[in-house]
Amino acid sequence: MIARGVVIAALIVGVAVFPAFAGKYPVKLLQEILIWGIFAMSLDLLMGYAGMVSLGHSAFFGVGGYVAALALLKSPGVVSGLLLPAAAAALAALVIGFFSIRVSGVYFIMLTLAFSQMFYAVTFQVAWLGAEDGIVGVPRLAALGLDTAQPLQFHFSLVALVAVGALVLWRIVRSPFGHVLRGIHENEPRMEALGYAVNRYKLLAFVIAGTVAGVAGSLYTQLVGSITPDAFLWTTSGEALLMVIIGGTSTLAGSMLGAAAFILLQSLVSSYTERWMLILGLTFILLVLFAPGGVVGALRGRVGIRS
Amino acid sequence: MTPPPLLAITALTRTFGALSALAGVSLSVTPRTRHAIIGPNGAGKTTLFNVITGQLAPSSGRIVFDGLPVTGLPPHTVARRGISRSFQRTNLFPKLSVLENLRLAAGADGRGSWSVFGRVDRLRAPLERAAETADAVGLEARLAMPAGALSYGEQRQLEVGVALATRPKLLLLDEPTAGMSPEETQRMTRMLEGLPREVTLLIIEHDMDVVGSLAERVTVLHYGEVLTEGTFDHVKQDPRVYEVYLGSA
Repeated sequence: MIARGVVIAALIVGVAVFPAFAGKYPVKLLQEILIWGIFAMSLDLLMGYAGMVSLGHSAFFGVGGYVAALALLKSPGVVSGLLLPAAAAALAALVIGFFSIRVSGVYFIMLTLAFSQMFYAVTFQVAWLGAEDGIVGVPRLAALGLDTAQPLQFHFSLVALVAVGALVLWRIVRSPFGHVLRGIHENEPRMEALGYAVNRYKLLAFVIAGTVAGVAGSLYTQLVGSITPDAFLWTTSGEALLMVIIGGTSTLAGSMLGAAAFILLQSLVSSYTERWMLILGLTFILLVLFAPGGVVGALRGRVGIRS
Repeated sequence: MTPPPLLAITALTRTFGALSALAGVSLSVTPRTRHAIIGPNGAGKTTLFNVITGQLAPSSGRIVFDGLPVTGLPPHTVARRGISRSFQRTNLFPKLSVLENLRLAAGADGRGSWSVFGRVDRLRAPLERAAETADAVGLEARLAMPAGALSYGEQRQLEVGVALATRPKLLLLDEPTAGMSPEETQRMTRMLEGLPREVTLLIIEHDMDVVGSLAERVTVLHYGEVLTEGTFDHVKQDPRVYEVYLGSA
């Protein structure tokens, strides 16, 4: 327990001081990994713990991103960069979740997918959201004595935020509420027969996951300085889904590893060939065939790491 | 003076297309009794349980539990009112440990289950009740084992345990000895006999030895109707009961 805490603390420090040793591009890759990692972790809360496979998680990433963009252009405070995007994503998740959790399995996938594509269609059309060009020139958060337009300050606050987000998710899956989610995943009718108002628990899980995804969307907008309708595209959800599966579902840490594997592979392979999607696809097939538990599952088997 | 019934079912029907699974069942269960429902296959016993617990909506009729109507309420609401059930086909959380299966059941009353940042091992009351229930169903030595790794007989014991751990006023047991060996059946019967008296028991059972040793009152269902009701000895001597059992054999 203490050993694990030391390892995690060392990891956070290592990630935080990374810019001292690396150039601009590796640092940007690392920041992308952190943002996609926390996004994938929020999806893992749904998929791996509550058993709700969603292909519409991009909706909350996009809502967070767009709200952050609009708000930061007005004023670069904490409310604009963090609270508003989180609240907007939570609200979107509450509405989408209210309808989606009534169905399960393939229907849940289709419904969440349809909702996220609706956001895509709307942002693609609406002029004051920049239509297909999206919103560009978004400033980064500057408040509480921080000016994240400065690369190092942005990096530190990003690392801190992602660490806090990961800690929150980690506490949630180990909480009584998290255990209820596992029960629902394992045997939903029995949970209902025991007296659990299953849909309310699922809705709360959906809102929590959506909120974290919204924060990830806001961070991403601040990282690249812009947001386009593509954020809502189902491929955004699909990539997060792949990251979760590559890393190993219901492990949380696996989602971060999966994000790292996905983004590093993408950047590595795409520098050699245009057909990086093909290589990525093959890698994914091999991984699912030979390591169905993902990276974490494979490591557990080898080194005897326990959850 | 007889106490008011804990469960009062009036003229309950449930049809599936042209089939009448329940064709007007009326039934009273007295508090603190052990009441068995017997009848040949297809008599509507499990359908009756499914309608009582809200898994199925009734076509017509009334169910009053503890003085309040529960007709057509969703399963989790019925469970919260104090009716718990076990299933004919084992229906557990196979990947979770025995203790966690029982703790989830014990925590179903909601207190603590909404805690998003709390810790499971701090939920003292549900954990204690889970351990007590494990003792009651004879699984105290298996607490850490995943439910899916238990023997069939032990899984049936846990099935009853999970239903019991919610601390129901009325416990519905759907063939707790289904598929058990004679030794396992004996163990299960002893376990059921040892259950606290304040839990009223409504039990579907095929094994007449179990019914004879456990039930103070027996209702015979046949084609969705109550054929007769009384003590086990009374029911046993009813020639119609023999007829429906032999007729369906």
